[in-house]
Amino acid sequence: MGRITLDKVRKAFGEVEVIPPLDLTIEDGEFVVFVGPSGCGKSTLLRLIAGLEDVTSGVISIDGADATMVPPAKRGLAMVFQSYALYPHMSVRKNIAFPMKMAGIPQDEQNRRIEAAAKALNLTDYLDRRPGQLSGGQRQRVAIGRAIVREPAAFLFDEPLSNLDAALRHGMRLEISELHKRLDTTMIYVTHDQVEAMTMADKIVVLQGGVIEQVGSPMELYRTPRNIFVAGFIGSPKMNLLTGEEAAKRGAHTVGIRPEHVTISTTDGAWKGTVGVAEHLGSDTFLHVHREGATDPMTVRVDGEFSAKHGDTVWLTAQEEQIHKFDADGLRIA
Amino acid sequence: MARAVTTQRKALNTAVAWIIGLLIFFPILWTILTSFKTEADAIANPPVLFAFDWTLENYAEVMERSNYGRFLSNSIIIAGGSTILGIIIAVPAAWSMAFVPSKRTKDILLWMLSTKMLPAVGVLYPIYLLCIQLGVLDNRFALVVILMLINLPIIVWMLYTYFKEIPGEILEAARMDGASLKEEILYVLTPMAVPGIASTLLLNFILAWNEAFWTLNLTSVDAAPLTAFIASYSSPEGLFFAKLSAASTMAIAPILILGWFSQKQLVRGLTFGAVK
Repeated sequence: MGRITLDKVRKAFGEVEVIPPLDLTIEDGEFVVFVGPSGCGKSTLLRLIAGLEDVTSGVISIDGADATMVPPAKRGLAMVFQSYALYPHMSVRKNIAFPMKMAGIPQDEQNRRIEAAAKALNLTDYLDRRPGQLSGGQRQRVAIGRAIVREPAAFLFDEPLSNLDAALRHGMRLEISELHKRLDTTMIYVTHDQVEAMTMADKIVVLQGGVIEQVGSPMELYRTPRNIFVAGFIGSPKMNLLTGEEAAKRGAHTVGIRPEHVTISTTDGAWKGTVGVAEHLGSDTFLHVHREGATDPMTVRVDGEFSAKHGDTVWLTAQEEQIHKFDADGLRIA
Repeated sequence: MARAVTTQRKALNTAVAWIIGLLIFFPILWTILTSFKTEADAIANPPVLFAFDWTLENYAEVMERSNYGRFLSNSIIIAGGSTILGIIIAVPAAWSMAFVPSKRTKDILLWMLSTKMLPAVGVLYPIYLLCIQLGVLDNRFALVVILMLINLPIIVWMLYTYFKEIPGEILEAARMDGASLKEEILYVLTPMAVPGIASTLLLNFILAWNEAFWTLNLTSVDAAPLTAFIASYSSPEGLFFAKLSAASTMAIAPILILGWFSQKQLVRGLTFGAVK
């Protein structure tokens, strides 16, 4: 079981309020991702749940029981850190055994769980090595192994993949998702990478300045961002935001158009522009088109086979039904 | 680009290093040589370096005149006791300063260090009186406590520096893994800081072993360590250089041997964290 609720949880460091009173419910077995730019309070929020930071006010409950004043060791949660935080003086086996040793689990049960975790994480051949003799990906797996064997109520991940290279990151992303499906345990995952958030989460919590901007499934956030911040943060490349005449025409202060919701033509369309930088990804190409009379270029997704050179004239048309409208306060107009 | 170092330059550097090393070592060498001379040779002018009649009579006489074993055991008890007691107190202190610092932590560290700036003789009178009042003059345990207090700032500072090198996340991981504060310090922090703790232990042991001001002033017979043993040969009725040198050699020999065997550990500890 791992249902976690935050009730008016507030955190201040001295005079500085990093998290104003905040409510959030994380259901048992859910994969929740906290996402936001650096300094948005996502890691602090995770550390509050872990118990590594004390809340200034408010209540944190785990499975219905008030855990606000419970020390981290007694909350039944396991955490995977960005720096892996393995014990460098212990072998992989001892690292994984450490939480079980602390919990006083019998030796034969410890061994059984270590073998099972090592097998699941491809660490069997490395059990007698020290963390210093492992690669980044292997270290991260050891950190996950150490978390699994405790059989926690929930897993907390604090940007676990940011120290890995791109290829490894993708692999580990799949492994963690796979692990979640298999264990069916609550996972809370902190990242600044919206791709990780979109691909892994059941539920995304978008944070900015310690405030929850929106909570929802990845597709909810993609389809109906509550405000301009979420609209700009979710989706890659970023949504194009237009103000002025184009917005006023549609009865809004700002309109947002995703790069994939613009059609391009070499003959006719709503806006005329010239091609700037073209980013070729193979399957897709992202064109940065300078519209006539506009200052910022517009990003457009086109098929990888579409050929356009720097300086070519193109015509763009937005798919009207896919346009997001926002008022002067940046909030979505229904 | 690596700096080009010519062979001559290297040879010159080596020579200079050797000369400086020998200059520093010379007083100790001279003491050891003198301890094997007769009293007459010891004060000969011009001095003789090696061409003298080698004799062991100084050592024989020193052994006969004083109870070397008792001085030695007192030194071991006082230096060892103050070091162990100091570490026991300093590890939790340095832990709290390194990992849960407050706004005043830096001030406390500086204040602790400032006590080392006070000349020892400035507090001789109060401490002497305290010892008399408590009836612990010439008492080994009193010296253990006093030397521990004197070296504590250094121990805390050294450990604090080593602990600062240990990533806080590892200790947090231990906390998440269910370790109590005691287990966290015992199973995670201490093993990771072993090189630092070892060199702190060693340095403090050497400092306490060589400490002469308090040991000379607060002991007479029962608690007198090797420093008092040396001092007893610098008598006012005439200097006996050869016997004084023999006593000095016997006093520094144990620490010299200890230092020799642990120099690798000591150097590693003193530069701990400097190289990742």
